[in-house]
Amino acid sequence: MPLSREEVEHVASLARLGLTTEELSLMQDQLSSILGHIAVIDQVDTAMISPTAQVGSVSLLLRADVVTASLPRDAVLANAPRQQDGFIEVSAILDVVNEETDS
Amino acid sequence: MSNGAAEITALTAAEARRALDARELSAIELTRSYLARIDRLDDEIGAYLHVMRDVALSQAETADRRIAAGNSEPMTGIPVALKDVLCTIDAPTTAASRILEGFRPPYDATVVNRLRRQGAVFLGKANTDEFAMGSSNENSAFKPVRNPWHRDRVPGGSSGGPAAAVAAEMAMVSLGSDTGGSIRQPAGFCGVVGLKPTYGRVSRFGLLAFASSLDQIGPFARTVRDAAMVLQAIAGHDPFDATSSPEPSPDYSRALSGDIRGMKIGLAREYTADGMEDGVFAAFNSAIHRFRALGAEIVSIDLPHTEYALPTYYITAPAEASANLARYDGVKYGSVETASTLRETYARTRGKGFGPEVKRRIMLGTYALSSGYYDAYYIKAQKVRTLIKQDFDAAWSKVDAIVAPTSPTVAFPLGARTDDPYQMYLADVFTIPANMAGIPGVAVPCGFSEELPVSLQVLGPAFAEATILRIADAYERTESWAARRPQIAAAG
Repeated sequence: MPLSREEVEHVASLARLGLTTEELSLMQDQLSSILGHIAVIDQVDTAMISPTAQVGSVSLLLRADVVTASLPRDAVLANAPRQQDGFIEVSAILDVVNEETDS
Repeated sequence: MSNGAAEITALTAAEARRALDARELSAIELTRSYLARIDRLDDEIGAYLHVMRDVALSQAETADRRIAAGNSEPMTGIPVALKDVLCTIDAPTTAASRILEGFRPPYDATVVNRLRRQGAVFLGKANTDEFAMGSSNENSAFKPVRNPWHRDRVPGGSSGGPAAAVAAEMAMVSLGSDTGGSIRQPAGFCGVVGLKPTYGRVSRFGLLAFASSLDQIGPFARTVRDAAMVLQAIAGHDPFDATSSPEPSPDYSRALSGDIRGMKIGLAREYTADGMEDGVFAAFNSAIHRFRALGAEIVSIDLPHTEYALPTYYITAPAEASANLARYDGVKYGSVETASTLRETYARTRGKGFGPEVKRRIMLGTYALSSGYYDAYYIKAQKVRTLIKQDFDAAWSKVDAIVAPTSPTVAFPLGARTDDPYQMYLADVFTIPANMAGIPGVAVPCGFSEELPVSLQVLGPAFAEATILRIADAYERTESWAARRPQIAAAG
């Protein structure tokens, strides 16, 4: 089934995936083609069939409730692109700083 | 002894174990021989993304001291390649992706830790399709891998590096991961043994997640016995992976009796897809005769939903991948492309960091999980998955194991399928059903076509690794395939 350009852009936005114009066009063609092949599963009657999400053991295994050492903070932070005062630094998601400066 | 190094790297792990413990060979000598071959051959093959030279030499020295003290374990001093989706505390781990360039894991994967504790020697991190997504290793962001049997052919994927490393004798054994065939298919293309264990048999902790309900780590080796030895070392419950099974592991090597008389081996007509090459068909048929000659009973069975496994997989695996790969956002680790807003930073980081196939699968998976399509794709696929699993469950009431070709073709030329994603996906048509059902499978060489290896896989019920290894080993003993080496290895 063919996907519209708008659908492809919407999905890319949901996936937080920045795609170029060329990539969006290629993706539209390729996803439409792949979905066309996948459509064959519509032939299968699954009205009375329950879904399988996981094939392993169904019982949840719990570990002993004991405190163990965590990873050292420095080891974890070593990979962060930006860090400050022992924390991972991220861009502000609210424009708080600007509002304060403006007032 | 001018050919000494070549002879040493031709040893199986079992032979090396004996020689190491008898002090006829040292771990340092063995490790140096492998490192020398990597230096000489890997520019041409591309099996490694990172060679762990210093780590390997230091581990080998420790292994020699341990052997001298009489404390060796099966993997002590054995040189291993690790697919670069397995976290290693002392080497970069990239999943062959730009987005993880420079990433140094703060911990070892459980399988790595278990091998380390046994005193194994880590030669390096092996090449793979980016995030294990691919069937030819051409999706590596850094370089392709070339098939040791023919330099213009792909090694298969996604574990092309681990498979090629073992085939070219640049590793004695290796670890890969298999989500839809990523161990068995490259093992087949490269003419080595590859084992995908039962889902839950081996801990996935520290494996960079692709599709969590399908992923499983397993070994590559030049013989079934060596694969059994590695499985023994990595199998078993791990408190860090709640899906790893508490079911005890039997002694896999002891199961290799060579005797399969009276065993019932299933043959499913569904595993003869259109597009199967004549040479593959012929080699597989010869193998069936061999199984009969070994005293096994060949039983016809039906696995009627086989044709739906591939399309079902290409909903389920991308859906799980789209969720798993959400973590690569440029905040906690990996590369980052900073923009004015956090949301734009995510989009740019991921747009720049991921390659085309990974983007395609994230898109496909996100679409299948999105509002309005969730039931039609994701839930529908999960229901078909139930039917695929039920096909196998019904088969186990009639047979002990199933044999099928590993792939419908031999290794195809580099570039032959890169323009058509679905053609590439079809390379896994025979390996995907086992992942959907969570069952184990071992690929073993079964002949040659056009001078390239052909492979069959033995599939078994959940946790029946001992059974499938026994069948594969009995078959391997009667054939000379394991002794045939690619020119690059023999000439090395």
